[in-house]
Amino acid sequence: MNKTLSYLVWLSIALIGAGAVGGIALHRGESINALWFIAAAVCVFAIAYRFYAAWIAAKVLVVDPSRATPAERLDNGRDYVPTNKWVVFGHHFAAIAGPGPLVGPTLAAQFGYLPGTLWILVGAVLGGAVQDMVTLFLSTRRDGRSLGQMARDELGPIGGAAALIGTFTIMVILIAVLGLVVVNAMKHSPWATSTVAATIPIAMIVGLYMRHFRPGRVLEASVLGVILLLLSVFGGGWIDHHASLRVIFDHEGLTLAWWVIAYGFAAAILPVWLLLAPRDYLSTFMKLGTISLLALAIIFLQPEVKMPALTQFIDGTGPIFGGTLFPFVFITIACGAISGFHALIASGTSPKLLANEGDIRMIGYGAMLLESFVAIMAMIAATVLEPGIFFAINSPAGVVGKEAADAVATISAWGFPVTVEQMEILARDMGESTLFARTGGAPSLAVGMASIFGSAFGQSMLALWYHFAIMFEAIFILTTLDAGTRVGRFMLQDMLGNFWPKLGQTSWYPSVLLTSAIVVAGWGYFLYIGVIDPNGGVNILWPLFGISNQMLAAIALSVATGILIKSGRLRHAWVTAVPLAWLVLITTTAAWEKITSPDVRVGFIAAANDMADKLAAGLLSPEKAAVAPQLIFNQQLDAWLTLFFVAVLWIVILDMLRVSYRYLAGKPVLPSTEALHTTTQLDQAWVRD
Amino acid sequence: MVRQIRKLLGRAWQLLRTLSGDDAYERYLGLYVRHGHAEPPLSREEFFRAWQEEKWNGVKRCC
Repeated sequence: MNKTLSYLVWLSIALIGAGAVGGIALHRGESINALWFIAAAVCVFAIAYRFYAAWIAAKVLVVDPSRATPAERLDNGRDYVPTNKWVVFGHHFAAIAGPGPLVGPTLAAQFGYLPGTLWILVGAVLGGAVQDMVTLFLSTRRDGRSLGQMARDELGPIGGAAALIGTFTIMVILIAVLGLVVVNAMKHSPWATSTVAATIPIAMIVGLYMRHFRPGRVLEASVLGVILLLLSVFGGGWIDHHASLRVIFDHEGLTLAWWVIAYGFAAAILPVWLLLAPRDYLSTFMKLGTISLLALAIIFLQPEVKMPALTQFIDGTGPIFGGTLFPFVFITIACGAISGFHALIASGTSPKLLANEGDIRMIGYGAMLLESFVAIMAMIAATVLEPGIFFAINSPAGVVGKEAADAVATISAWGFPVTVEQMEILARDMGESTLFARTGGAPSLAVGMASIFGSAFGQSMLALWYHFAIMFEAIFILTTLDAGTRVGRFMLQDMLGNFWPKLGQTSWYPSVLLTSAIVVAGWGYFLYIGVIDPNGGVNILWPLFGISNQMLAAIALSVATGILIKSGRLRHAWVTAVPLAWLVLITTTAAWEKITSPDVRVGFIAAANDMADKLAAGLLSPEKAAVAPQLIFNQQLDAWLTLFFVAVLWIVILDMLRVSYRYLAGKPVLPSTEALHTTTQLDQAWVRD
Repeated sequence: MVRQIRKLLGRAWQLLRTLSGDDAYERYLGLYVRHGHAEPPLSREEFFRAWQEEKWNGVKRCC
């Protein structure tokens, strides 16, 4: 009886899911209800989790709940601690879910709602969640070793070095593009700038509270911090209306970029307890709170998605970023579908806390599905806007024109009607002077969120909601910026320590200053170029980030595929090999296009040559001519960087194929580093609940 | 019924404390007793310093 019931329940979930996916794929009307997206995601994820993930755990990985995990065997009360599965899930999710899944889908919405949504669903189920779960499993079986160590141990030194260098460069690009998103959100917005600036002293107050006033009282301090953050949103509004105070916070993008760079350096050398750790608490609470609120608002209000399923920009002429649907939608949405970065978390903290192998599916696969769900909500928030408004906010001035009248004329001519008055009213409602060309995704997401929340809680609070959303995005972008700079510094110190051991000492202050400065200079450079680029930087930086993140995912899947084959599981190796092949295809195609395309909005070399020609012919305005040499150099540098990413990717793939071939041909390969089986002694009840 | 709800709320509160690290020191003391060390345990302040340093060493946040 129970079996029949369960069969019927899953059958109906499958039918609802198929209906919802079919509905959003085939719908061609004025608008479509956002609830379809939620239904499609929930059903697809439920089925994938119940059947595909369970099958992988049981048949491919052969998860063994009776086997003691590193947390149990190496329990030291510090980093290795057997922990309740819900707590591990929470930590894992908080670590993997950053601003990426909010920005990517917003940008990809230029193709229409359909391509991005389908890629998020399919990519997560077959790619991202599999990568996270398999990496978590492999690391758990190897005493919680990192991805780089596993690559070195199982494939050889080449794979290990590639993973390390790949991680470092991706970090630099990631921080630059996130910095750009924040700068674009704060540009000429005293309200946003003052609110974001206030998050810094607020974090410090929370840090001091937790450290000195009431040591270790994390929740008390966080409640205090969240209240102060909410007050800072109100305070920002007050400053914005204050004639003499508002000028202090009213700045050009470039000035703000310098402040972000200076802040990044200061944050990297300050002690963690003062800024990074307390702000992370705040950003985690804000993130979970806001995301849940958004989910509830979407479920109860059921807003209409107004973006068409597909736009004409699938041909590569899109204003937000250049490039055709294939491969660029898959590059633009990395986090939310598949993100290589997660492999670092899945082979970092999480395997050292896991109390039982049986929970690998829930933590590895489940947390990624939840992140994908966040990406779906970001897609909804972007597409509930009128398409004309969406494009007016997200199109850089270099594409649609600097004057409002030009911009609305261009955008309306694309078939997405919008008027100057409409944009002025919207900007006034949101408490901004203008919303034209606010690229980077954060402002349009904030407008989308504000309009969803506004319809629930009243239109009079739109400006507050808008700046609340900006603050919410900025606070965890800045957390990623600090944490990323610090990680980059550790990696650099580690590498430099090979040449001069003293530089490798993480406590030696001159080394800390030097390596922090190098890392900040690295991302600061790309941020600076992104800000001075009249085409709005996002067009260059986001694809570069996508390519590098997918490259890291391909490295993780290579390591996983190699280990599966080496451990005699060739028959099941397709589980990681298929997403790997797809990633190799899209990253290689995208990189090829970014380097060789004659379209100046896609190809780096073409863009460099085009600008050089225009500069030589004297066709550029004086202000553009002044920055042209830097932009030309940067385009060439980006071409080389892209080539470097693809080269690293292929080196790892070939290395994995070499090892797999040797194993299958019966030749010697590096031995497996899997820890020996010991039976768990843990009383399951107290840790696992 | 009321008792069940209270129990449920209590467990949710406990989960929140553990997730945020609010009860990290209590759990440390518990672990301390279980492991049976010779030297006295760290004070709350000392423990929290070490715990925070530990928590932020390495790749802890992602995109």
